[in-house]
Amino acid sequence: MRLEPVADPGWTRTLGLPALALGGTVAIAMALALIAGSNPLAVLGLILKGAVGSKFALLETLNRATPLIFTGLAVAVAFRAKLWNIGAEAQLYMGALLAVVLGTGAVALPSVLLIPVLMAAAITGGALMLLGPAFLKTRLGVDEVVTTLLLNFVMILVVSMLLEGPMKDPMGMGWPKSERLVPDARLPRIVTGLRLHWGFGLALICAVLVWVMQTRTTLGYEIRAVGLNRRAAAFAGIPVTVVVIKTALISGGLAGLAGFSEVAGLKGSLTLDLSPGFGYTGIIVAMLALLNPLGVIVSALFVAGIFVGADSMSRAAGVPTYIADILLASALLLMVLAIMLTRFRVVRG
Amino acid sequence: MEILDILISASFWAAAVRIASPLIFATLGELICERAGVLNLGIEGIMVVGAFAGWMAVYSGADLWVGVGVAMGAGMLFGLLHAILSVPFGLSQHVVGLGITLLATASTYFAYRVALPEVTNPPRIEAFKELAIPLLSDIPVIGQALFTQTPLTYLAFVTAAIVAFVLYRTPLGLALRAVGENPHSVEAQGLSVTGLRMGAVIVGSGLMGVGGAFLTMSAFNSFFFEMVNGRGWICIALVVFGAWKPGKALLGALLFAAFDALQIRLQQTSLGADIPYQIFLMMPYLLSILALVVMSRRAEVPAALMVPFNKGER
Repeated sequence: MRLEPVADPGWTRTLGLPALALGGTVAIAMALALIAGSNPLAVLGLILKGAVGSKFALLETLNRATPLIFTGLAVAVAFRAKLWNIGAEAQLYMGALLAVVLGTGAVALPSVLLIPVLMAAAITGGALMLLGPAFLKTRLGVDEVVTTLLLNFVMILVVSMLLEGPMKDPMGMGWPKSERLVPDARLPRIVTGLRLHWGFGLALICAVLVWVMQTRTTLGYEIRAVGLNRRAAAFAGIPVTVVVIKTALISGGLAGLAGFSEVAGLKGSLTLDLSPGFGYTGIIVAMLALLNPLGVIVSALFVAGIFVGADSMSRAAGVPTYIADILLASALLLMVLAIMLTRFRVVRG
Repeated sequence: MEILDILISASFWAAAVRIASPLIFATLGELICERAGVLNLGIEGIMVVGAFAGWMAVYSGADLWVGVGVAMGAGMLFGLLHAILSVPFGLSQHVVGLGITLLATASTYFAYRVALPEVTNPPRIEAFKELAIPLLSDIPVIGQALFTQTPLTYLAFVTAAIVAFVLYRTPLGLALRAVGENPHSVEAQGLSVTGLRMGAVIVGSGLMGVGGAFLTMSAFNSFFFEMVNGRGWICIALVVFGAWKPGKALLGALLFAAFDALQIRLQQTSLGADIPYQIFLMMPYLLSILALVVMSRRAEVPAALMVPFNKGER
């Protein structure tokens, strides 16, 4: 077999194939429910109900989507330049770490000043975390996939060490957790009484800003050019190394903000379970959004919905929550296949 | 001087060889894939699958060697999926690989929960036992390090020899190396680029599965979550460190394992009392990054690595 470009895909192809990918994912969900000995339709219903079925469920989904929008954007920006940042998890923790270092009483400022300072610290932390691998890539040609991946493991150990050592909360009953952020450092709720914090609003703003950057600025153009063809971009006079470094700073900064948003908006302190893999899930979010910053919002909501829905379904029906990860992995693989097949057809020979 | 004491003890070297064994299998698997031009980032998840499948088979009453076969088969199955998506369809190897890792890991955890719903302490199995090779195992230090190991460790070394032989001494190996350097030349020879690459990914993934199975069947004797713990990613670094050559990759894995065994032992010394244990645990990951940096200047990357091949396209 070989692949032949499709000149005019037509709307049946461009809409039908992704729809088929989604249908395939639903079919896999039903098969998994059967394997676990549950009624497939009931399981689907419970996932849907758990994700959007009540005001509480919906708010939970929005809260879960918040860090995923940040990490999804971080990955989308980097992948657009073919900078394979798989280290959003480490960058998230670095952002959270610096926010907690400065936000637990070290800096005494009113809220309107303190929150921007902590945001800047988190962005700097995340950006620095990716700067190392980016330099190794541009200077020495060291593959950034492996370096960013391995730094995730290093960073979680660094956090563990600090939480059991100098940053340990003396009032924490022996648990490895940091002291709580001062009240002025906390992100307020969007609507009083509802469990949704301004981190979500901040994530939406970031998505719009990244979209503007990618579509309306020279840097956005340069990032796309570098991603499409590094050599051609260099030939056209684009400073490839500088663009890759700038991309790394933006990407790492966005992931760092995810860490800030989680501690300042939701948790209040740094723990080792601050992120159940938001950095890795960001890759799925970004790919399902086809690396489009505004699409990241939609796909983060979808992914968060699956996670929240599966959690609640698991409590009711007993199907393991890992069904969510299987579904997302399947959705990812089926969707990239479907998108490719909208542009190419398979011919024999 | 504690370090010196550790370095001359036979049990230290035996531990190093034991730690190296799963890495040898998985590194060879990744090396085969990359030599054929496919970066297989599914390695981490495929090791998880292998670890679970082999252990589960033995736990359900299968013979140990059947368990190894099951682990290999499970690895090959995910390898087949990777191969279909990345070779004939030419999808991004980064995306496919990470997707496979997530799919394989999640499927394993799902299967574990479905198969053993009420279990809090994972059950242990009767794993491979050490098999001392007569005469050779009596040599001081070396005998204990190299010739008093489990059969799977011996298999790891044999596999390295077989991979090296096939790669450099057979027509198949020549074709495999060529397909990672210049697929068009292989096409011109009338050989199937797609077939060779898919075969390499499937066989390589099978070895990754066996590498994972070593953990449950020859080291920990039980399966628990997150037991692979980044070993797959370390193997990708080892392939680079070994300059895509089986012999050097084997040495790299042994060297790495020696450092890992050393950090474990140092934790128990007076040094370990002063330094937080996390510093020791970081060492394997930092060492892998360092290895990548050191080797970056003279890396001979297969020229067509990560370049999809579509017939009739130039």
